[in-house]
Formats: sequence, C-alpha cells, structure tokens
Amino acid sequence: MREKEIEKLKDYKYGFSTDIENIKAPKGLNEDVIKFISNIKKEPEWMLNFRLKAFERFKQLKEPDWQKPKYPKIDYQDLYYYSAPKSMDDKPKNLDELDPKLLETYKKLGIPLQEQKRLNGIAVDAVFDSVSVATTFREELTKHGIIFCPISEAIQNHPELVKKYLGSVIPITDHFFATLNSAVFTDGSFAYIPEGVRCPMELSTYFRINASNTGQFERTLIIADKGSYVSYLEGCTAPMRDENQLHAANVELIALDDAEIKYSTVQNWYPGDKDGKGGIYNFVTKRGLCKGKNSKISWTQVETGSAITWKYPSCILKGDNSVGEFYSIAITNNHQKADTGTKMIHLGKNTKSKIISKGISAGFSDMTYRGLVDISSKADNSNNYTQCDSLLMGNKCGAHTVPYIKNKNSESNIAHEATTSKISEDQLHYCQQRGLSAEEAVGLIVNGFCKEVLQQLPMEFAVEAQKLVGISLEGSVG
Amino acid sequence: MKEQLQKDFDNTIKNLSLSQKDIEIKKFFLDSFVNRGFPNRKEEDWKFSDLSQIIKKNIGELSFYNDYTSTNKVDTSVFVDGLEHNKIVFINGRIEKIDFDYEKKNQIEIIDQSETIDRFNNNNSLSDLNNAFTNKSFKVVIKKGYQLAKPLIIYHTTNSNIWSKNINLRLNFELDKDSSLRLIDLFNDTSEKNFLNIFYNFDLKENAILKNYKVDRFESKNIKYSYNNIEQKKNSTSETFILSSGSNFFKNEINTNLKGEYSSAFVNGIFSLNKDKHHEIRTTINHLTENTKSYQLIKSVLEDGSKAAYQGKIFVNSEAQKTDGYQLSKAILLDETTEFNAKPELEIYADDVKCSHGSASGSLNENSIFYLMTRGLNYKEAKELLINGFLLDVIEKITDREIKNLIKNMIGVKE
Repeated sequence: MREKEIEKLKDYKYGFSTDIENIKAPKGLNEDVIKFISNIKKEPEWMLNFRLKAFERFKQLKEPDWQKPKYPKIDYQDLYYYSAPKSMDDKPKNLDELDPKLLETYKKLGIPLQEQKRLNGIAVDAVFDSVSVATTFREELTKHGIIFCPISEAIQNHPELVKKYLGSVIPITDHFFATLNSAVFTDGSFAYIPEGVRCPMELSTYFRINASNTGQFERTLIIADKGSYVSYLEGCTAPMRDENQLHAANVELIALDDAEIKYSTVQNWYPGDKDGKGGIYNFVTKRGLCKGKNSKISWTQVETGSAITWKYPSCILKGDNSVGEFYSIAITNNHQKADTGTKMIHLGKNTKSKIISKGISAGFSDMTYRGLVDISSKADNSNNYTQCDSLLMGNKCGAHTVPYIKNKNSESNIAHEATTSKISEDQLHYCQQRGLSAEEAVGLIVNGFCKEVLQQLPMEFAVEAQKLVGISLEGSVG
Repeated sequence: MKEQLQKDFDNTIKNLSLSQKDIEIKKFFLDSFVNRGFPNRKEEDWKFSDLSQIIKKNIGELSFYNDYTSTNKVDTSVFVDGLEHNKIVFINGRIEKIDFDYEKKNQIEIIDQSETIDRFNNNNSLSDLNNAFTNKSFKVVIKKGYQLAKPLIIYHTTNSNIWSKNINLRLNFELDKDSSLRLIDLFNDTSEKNFLNIFYNFDLKENAILKNYKVDRFESKNIKYSYNNIEQKKNSTSETFILSSGSNFFKNEINTNLKGEYSSAFVNGIFSLNKDKHHEIRTTINHLTENTKSYQLIKSVLEDGSKAAYQGKIFVNSEAQKTDGYQLSKAILLDETTEFNAKPELEIYADDVKCSHGSASGSLNENSIFYLMTRGLNYKEAKELLINGFLLDVIEKITDREIKNLIKNMIGVKE
C-alpha cells in the first residue's frame, strides 16, 4: 500500500496537458518566422528590426559547450517558434469568457486566478503557451501608476519605455541563447513602477509550457524607477512530455536610484521520468542592473524541476552603494542536472553583494554551483560574502563548486566559503527515534539546511517551496 | 614560429642519438605543439594567465634549440650555505652535476632515460613541447626502505650565455616502499628573457614520504612553468611547499593522484609579489580511493602592480568515501594596482566526504594596524609585523625543521 503511494507521488504531480487548438508558426528558424511572429503581434517596425538584428547576430554565434551537464544536440530548425491558444483571437473581456479547459488547467495547478486572487492580493498575469490570457488587478495597479502587462502590449502602448530599456541589460549581442530569445521571443511580462511608488502587492506570473515541441521564449522586463519598490514572483509547472523541451527566457531588471527589486522564482518544471527520459531544458538568462545609487536587486530561487537547469541570475552593481543578493536552493534528483549560480559584478563604489547557495543532489543527479564575483579597480570599499553548501545523498550523484573570484581593488573584501557533506547519521537517527519516517526526517533536515534561503521568499511562495523541497526528494532515501 | 620550431627541432634531433621510432614520437609531439601553440586565455586552465601573450610581451621570438655539446662551469658560490645537501645542477638546461655524496651508493639509482621516451600527458600543449625538445631525462630511484640522510637541492641556474631561449627539463623520481626524499627546487637564474618548461613525475610507493619544496626567491626576468605529477600509493605522504616570488612570471602546477588508501597530500604556498610580476599556482588533488586526505593553504601578499592567481581543484570520485579535503586561500592586496584571482573548485561524486574550501581577499586590517600603533609601533613596522604573521602561518606548515629555517631566513620572516 505504502509503496504504491510513493510510486504515485514519484510521478509528476502536475503532469497533464490540455487539448486546445494551436496556431503555430511554421517549423524552423528563419527571417520569415521572425516576421511572422512580429506580424501576428502587430509589432512596430523598430521591434522587428530589433529581432532581425538579433537574428543576424545569432547566425554567427556558436552554441556554448563549457557547461557541466551535456545534452543531445538541439536541432533549432525542428522547433516551432510560435504557438498560441486559439481562443485568443477574440480576446475575452473577463474570466468567464475564457476557454473552460484553460481554466481547468489553472485549477489543477492551483493558480489563484479567481477566488484566491482577492484573498492573496496577487495580480496574476498568467502566461499560457506564450500569450498572456488574463491580467487581473490591473485597475488597482493603474491607480498607483504601475504598468503591469504582457510585454507585447507594452510594445504597443508604452514604446518609449520598452525602446529605452529592452536589451539594455542583456544586449542582443549577448550569448547564444539570449540572442536567440531576442530574435524570437513571443511574450512575457512587463512591469514599470513609477518614481516613489511602493508596489502594493506581489506581482506574479505563472509560466506554462503546453504545445509539444514548442520552445518557449519568454521575455520579462521590470523597471523600478527612482525610490520605488517591487516584489515579483515567478512560478513554473509544465505538463508531462516525452521530448525534451527547450526554454530560453530572458529576464531583465533595472533599478534606478534608491529603487529595490525583489525577484523570486519557484521552478518546478517537468524533470523527466525516473530514468531521465524527457524533461525541460531550462536555459534562462536573468540579469539585473543596479543602475542608480543606493539601488538593490535581490534574486531568490528554488530550483527543483527541469531535466537540465542552466542559469546564472546576475547583478551588475553599477550605481554607488548598490546592493546585490542571490539566494538559491537547487535540488536535483534522479537524472536531473543543474549548473547554476550567480555573477556579481561590482562597478560602483561601496557596493555590496551576498550569495547564499544551497545545493542538494540525490539519485543519479549532478549539481554544479558556478559563480563569479568580480570587483573592478574602481569599486572602492566593496564587499562580497559567498557561502555555498552542498548536500549529497548517495554515491551516484555529484556536487561541484566552481567559483571564480576576481579582486582588483585593495580596499575591497571578498570572502568565500563552501562545504560539501552528507546528512549526518546522528541527525537522522535522532529524528527517527522520535517517530518520523526516514523520508520525513530527510525532509525536515533538508528544510533546515535550506532555511536561510526559504526565509527570503514571500509568504505565499515559502509554503509552496517548503512542500516542493519535500516532494522533490521523495524516493531518494533508503 | 612554425619554421623556427621545425628548424630548431631538426637541430636538436641531430645532436641526439635516437632510434627512428623515438624520432617519430618526438615528431608527433612537435606537430601537436605546432597545432596548438602556447596556451592562451581561451583555455579554461589558462584563463587567468595568458601564456601566449606573456611570452609575446616579455620575450618576443623564442628559439628552441640549445647547444648542449659543451659544458658549463659550475659556479659553487650559488650553493646553499649552512645546510649539507646533495645536488643536481642544471645550467642553461644542461645537467652539469649529479652529486649524492652524503648517501649510500647502492641505495640510489640514477637511470638515464634519454633514449626511452615515456609520454607525459597533462592536457596542455606545454607537455607536447617538453616531450618534443627534452634532450636528457633522468630517473632517480630511491630504493626500498632508504631514507636520504640529507636533502637534495636541484639548482636551476642560467647564465648570460642564453637569451630568448626555451629550456625544457624533465626528471622522474621513484620512491620505493618505506623510502623518503626531501627535495628543494632552487631557482637561481641570472639570465633574462628565457622560458623554462619543467616537468617532474613522482611515483610514491607504499609508505613513501616526499617533501617537495619549490623556492623561487631571486629576482629574475625569466618566465617559468613547472608541472609536478605525484602518484601516491597506500599510506604515502606528499608535502609540497611553493614560494612564488622572484620570477617575472611563474606558474606552478601540482597534480596529485591519491590512489592508495590512507595516502595524503599537502600543498602550501606563498605568493609574495611586487613589480608587475604575475604568478599562478594551480593544484589538482584527485581523491581516487577511500580514506584519503588533502590539505591546501595558499597565502598571498601583493603590491606594486603584481597579480596572482590560484586555481585549486579537489576531485573526489564515487569510490573515495571518507575523503577529507580542505583548501584555503587568503590574499592581502597592498595597493590599488594589484589583482588577485581565485578559482577554488570542488568536484565531488561521493557522499560520505568532508570537503570544504574558503577564499578571502582584501586589504590589511586597519584596526589591527591601529592597535599596534597605539602600542608604539610606527605604520611601517605595524604593517610588516602583520604581513610577517600572515605568512608565518604557511611557513609553519613545513614539517622539516632544517628547511623551514632555511626558507625563513631566505624571506626574512621572523618568529
């Protein structure tokens, strides 16, 4: 009986997909496809040029291969670069008009789109296969002058902002996947917090990958103007698929003088089955620019899903006295692989950064922390503190730490610590003695191990994340 | 560079009496080097030190042929005073003297291996260069149970006869069961603008003890690369200490394979740099079986445009349970113009292990200086005292008392 239950739990909790007719761009990657995407989005010409320029650049780039987790070669001509739920053609005005199947999907996922939205006070911009379906709470946000909408709408309605900031942190000349995204991104979120405004609620988006064989290319742009504050949540679950699905999103954050952006992610995409078949490739570029004085950007991530996670949410600390933070929990089980970490680039004076990374690997998985701390010669009086701890369960998995530490400034300090160990038998014994099963005991100990990071998450996420930590490690003990 | 290499290679081969097969092997390595060239920053291991650029900037055109037909006079004044020792003397890359006067003759065997080429592979093109151009290579065998009475000092001397040359050296050491060796590599070169490319291989059998000290103390404009490979069997111990200070550029690589249970490796190092010098230490400790131990401590004091890099890797494979690996690097940057880069790396596939690393870099602690100054020291004295204490920590890790004192005197660190 118990075994059966565990068997069930091991299977992906959110594994299902809905049958909605999709509009698809023809397979393959070429100028026509990019024009098709741009056309269907009714984009102005400058946007199309942005895409085409990126595509020109993309053609010259080589796929990187220095990462630890290797994957079979992706045929970029064999992917669909655009698909949208058909019901989008006649835009629904309210939730009741939505495709009931779509609503059902959200219900299964537990997205608080209807009842829960008021209780939680969250404005949800749910992204279903690349096109935003509904944006709630927009009126309240509008009252404060906050713009929170799909990026395709922002391109139409706020071209001056998008034009100014899009590609300013991740230029179209960046690396392979970022450039690909710049060329073919379909949709994503846009948020602008005006001067002096403290965003009254947590902004949140859920990403879903639905149509099979669709690489999803999201683009998120968040701008916090002088003295503003925003907390942004991103959570992901995806339906079960056999083929590997590529996800190459770009996230750009810009914080001006005295502004603060807090970006939290819970990533629980389909990791593949227990033999490592299927699963999402999560190759995301996330970068924040502390452009103004006294600005702050804080990344928090809980990475439990995806077959391969390959991302380094980074901070460029350009303004004097700016602060960058990175809190991460990455859990890999079965045949999952993760190569994640952060980059803290100190350019301004008195800049501070803090990195707390917790990695847990079990089963046959492989986990790498790769990070860069670079203090330039102009960044006087800067500080960095890095701590990365790894926990190993079993001797079939791996845990690696590859930090790059560069200090060019004698007035600045860098401290880095890393440890690798396993769960101590004493602790396990203690918990089991008090009536916990081995699995519960591991869950408890791991939650304790991750506590420093979990504490950083907003309330709504913290609960979900704590559960996720437990679920992700099921079947790894014994 | 290609024609130069080919020409110098032909000249080198002419002076050696090699079999056709050996020439073929050497040719193979030459071709491989020609293809790959000097390592540059595009290679991960050379990210912090672009050798290709450094050679271009400091030397310009290198030539690879060395005339080893005539002998050089051994200048005895360079020998270390106050410490009785055995000697191997290299002058301009030619072995001029091998002297084990203090030891029992039948316990040490020196084998000329010049005519049998064993491949040395460390995945960079410098081993190809070394394989292609080394003219003489010796193997020093310490017999079973023999412990050398006195340390062995290898003098690396160059004189003004050479200029813009590449010198390739190769030595192999075999320490049989229960034997021990204390070794000092002493760099004492007066010539300028040469590139030394040194490869050592150590084979430690059961219970063998190797104490390996590398001292680069004297000012020199030469560029050096040294690669030590240490293979360790059960219960063996290796201790490596690197003083990286004198040369314009020096990269030391230590690769240790802990293959036997209860074997242990210690690597300690000091960077003490000034005047735009650029040094690097790269260590790789491979824990390949159960119950092995490694410990690394690297400290740097940098001033006046100097630059140091430390890349340390601890690798633990899935069989190597109960591994204990530790690594710490600390750096003091004394002024604006200096730079310290570190890449402390862990790659771990076993769960019952204890591995950690730490790295810190920053300025001298102003509070400590203030404290000392309130006790009557002036700024300079306070600074010296603090640096002294900082470095003493590493020197105290040297387990051989005689050599510890020698090195202390050399760099003027007081207790």
